[in-house]
Amino acid sequence: MSDGDLGLWAIPIAMLGGAIRVSTPFLFVSLGEVLTERSGRINLGLEGTLVFGAMSGYAVAYLTGSPWAGVLAAAVAGSIFGLFHGLICSLPRVNDIAIGIAMMLLGMGLAFYFGKPYIQPVAPDLPSIGFGWWSDLPQVQAALRVNVLFLIGIAAAIFLWWMFRATRVGLIIRVVGDSTDAARAMGLNPAVIRTLATAAGGAFAGVGGAYLSLFYPGSWNEGISSGQGLMAVALVIFARWNPIACFWAAILFGGAGALGPALQSVGVSSGYYLFYAAPYVLTLGVLIATSSPTRAVTGAPGELSITK
Amino acid sequence: MTVKGALPGGALGVETVGMTMRFGGFTALDGVSIAVAPGSFHALLGENGAGKSTLVKCMMGFYRATSGQLMVGGREVEVPDPRAAHAHGLGMVYQHFTLVPSLTAAENLVISRDDAPRVIDWRAERVALAEFMGRMPFAVPLDQPVRALSAGEKQKLEILKQLYLGRRFLILDEPTSVLTPDEADEVLGHVKALCAAGQITVLMITHKFREVTAYADTVSVLRRGALVGTGAVAELTHDAMARMMMGDARLADPAPRTGTPGAPVLSVNGVRASDRSGLKDIAIDGLTVRAGEIVGIAGISGNGQMELMEVLTGQRPLAAGEVLVKGAPYDATREEARIRCVRYLPEEPLHNACAARMSVTENIAFRTFDLNGKGTRFWLSGREMRARAADLVAAFKVKTASLDSPMASLSGGNVQRAVLARELTGDVDLLVISNPCFGLDFTAVAEIRARIMAARNAGAAVLLMSEDLDEIIELADRVLVMSEGRIAYDRPAAEADRAEIGHHMGGHA
Repeated sequence: MSDGDLGLWAIPIAMLGGAIRVSTPFLFVSLGEVLTERSGRINLGLEGTLVFGAMSGYAVAYLTGSPWAGVLAAAVAGSIFGLFHGLICSLPRVNDIAIGIAMMLLGMGLAFYFGKPYIQPVAPDLPSIGFGWWSDLPQVQAALRVNVLFLIGIAAAIFLWWMFRATRVGLIIRVVGDSTDAARAMGLNPAVIRTLATAAGGAFAGVGGAYLSLFYPGSWNEGISSGQGLMAVALVIFARWNPIACFWAAILFGGAGALGPALQSVGVSSGYYLFYAAPYVLTLGVLIATSSPTRAVTGAPGELSITK
Repeated sequence: MTVKGALPGGALGVETVGMTMRFGGFTALDGVSIAVAPGSFHALLGENGAGKSTLVKCMMGFYRATSGQLMVGGREVEVPDPRAAHAHGLGMVYQHFTLVPSLTAAENLVISRDDAPRVIDWRAERVALAEFMGRMPFAVPLDQPVRALSAGEKQKLEILKQLYLGRRFLILDEPTSVLTPDEADEVLGHVKALCAAGQITVLMITHKFREVTAYADTVSVLRRGALVGTGAVAELTHDAMARMMMGDARLADPAPRTGTPGAPVLSVNGVRASDRSGLKDIAIDGLTVRAGEIVGIAGISGNGQMELMEVLTGQRPLAAGEVLVKGAPYDATREEARIRCVRYLPEEPLHNACAARMSVTENIAFRTFDLNGKGTRFWLSGREMRARAADLVAAFKVKTASLDSPMASLSGGNVQRAVLARELTGDVDLLVISNPCFGLDFTAVAEIRARIMAARNAGAAVLLMSEDLDEIIELADRVLVMSEGRIAYDRPAAEADRAEIGHHMGGHA
């Protein structure tokens, strides 16, 4: 076997690399959605937040020359979107799903409008760390070039898991998400807590967007997101609202997303584009497999409008 | 009677002075003055809508009373919100659980504390909780999610939570409505002991005279927002309390039992279905209800009664077996129910038998809106629906602001009456009922039981599932016990023995 020709082994290696690369936005958006949904609200607008985060992150990175300033800007933009969503949903008789869809379209529209001048320029990329030094195969080295944001995402997943278990803020979010009455009896204000959780969730989605434009694919254009923000909602259900499970689910979805490019890279020339649909098929499959006509979804926050 | 101070053990004395609450033109509470001595167990009696809840909500700061004062420990205090009430040592256990179902008992306790730490050191908290539990008369498992606890354990945990939070005056809102008689006695016995030890003072809202006599020291009675009587329990008979509660209203007499059972109407043969958790199954090998008989199924909730109800209403798929109504297989479609005259009164009718936001008129029309006497109709007749609803509302004494009010705005008893009105009108050959009197005051209870008995006497087959054993014994011709998804006991009512039934309910016979 000559160097650079791995035969069929190239597929799993490319998929592993792809899973790590593609999963990061899934991970961030789903962590944001977990935070929001655990507080009893659903934010379908994260797709719009993701796209706006991608645009604003790219623009700020280009203007300042620092990709990290871009990430920060994306987080701030995301939290503003989340805050806006949270505030509107705090009004009486407002449906969070309808607002979410409106926010999704608004986010994408604003991103396209403000993002026009940034399609041509090139912004600096986010740094990555090579974990493939032990191998001399270029494919393995490429696959294990791990972006710093991916590592931050893992840390955030562990942090959120710990937060829900052992901090006052975490328990309060779970209380509010599970029972508005109990929260009120405790003297908490559910609307305020949900709004803040939605804002924080938006910040996560914004960072996911910055990853798209600043690392992979690594440029800003109008087709930058292929529905990751929406799929992340399904992923959260699949992960049973558990941040650690979100990580594994994101890897799974990322791997599915990498299937098409991996096949293409080994020279499968016909039909590979069908495999580009793998994440969407997986989303459908997951939703069907985890549904039940007779039982409510276990682990779902009790106040969530979709599971009530 | 005046109340001063607090006991050295911590129990607080609380007094309301001329508490008045008006909602618009409606006076819910009219100058109510109640004094609860420190360390006493005070019962608050009254029918639904008598103002009991309004009074305690004013005390707890959920409402701001229109006028009147609250004295805590002999001093006048302001309670603009529940937090202020908590700060004064007042706590309330609600009729519906306010524990968070997905959190464990330990998490529920710790997070309910005002000074819950930012980062919770679970090891230290666990030690502190174990020490606290050691001082308490009863314990609950701390590491299970609350949703896995039984109703009795939840109620105990609610009370433990108040004690854990250092509350010294507890308001209990119908604390035993979700408990079995044994659980109720256990919980109230412990509460009474805590009062006697001078640790807490208790104000308990209740309908049950038995609990008042057995546990309370003093009692106050409200009727239509006014205090109509107060005194030591020892000096009052049940009759005297009932007269105070109801004024001139009369209870419906228990309907006499007439006729003998006829042909079988409902047969459940070899039915298997999975339960709510999907882990266990329910198995009903043979259950027959004949015309003109009431078959009562007793049992502690969660032993498959809800699943059996769902099987009979077609909400739960069968794994095996068959349900026959009048000898033919029955799938509980709307059409089958209409043709074979099957009617239902499920538990929590607001959720299970009504569209809460639709009007009373529409809810009452659910069985008939598309019928015109001959077959089904396409265009509905609003006028007929209204006329019919008006008749039934009057006949069943449903209290509603208007026929167009949403069903959810009615009180529990009135929702029950409205659903009964719908279900008992027309030909009824099979009536399936679950906990019809849950949480109702006793005028409503007597009336609803009389209507069920009347349906039986008119020849309907009645299957009655109830957690209230007294209700089963009063109404049923045949008593069954359901335990762990099986029918564990089957006797004619005349031969049924209360103690034996109790053993079967507990699952060890």
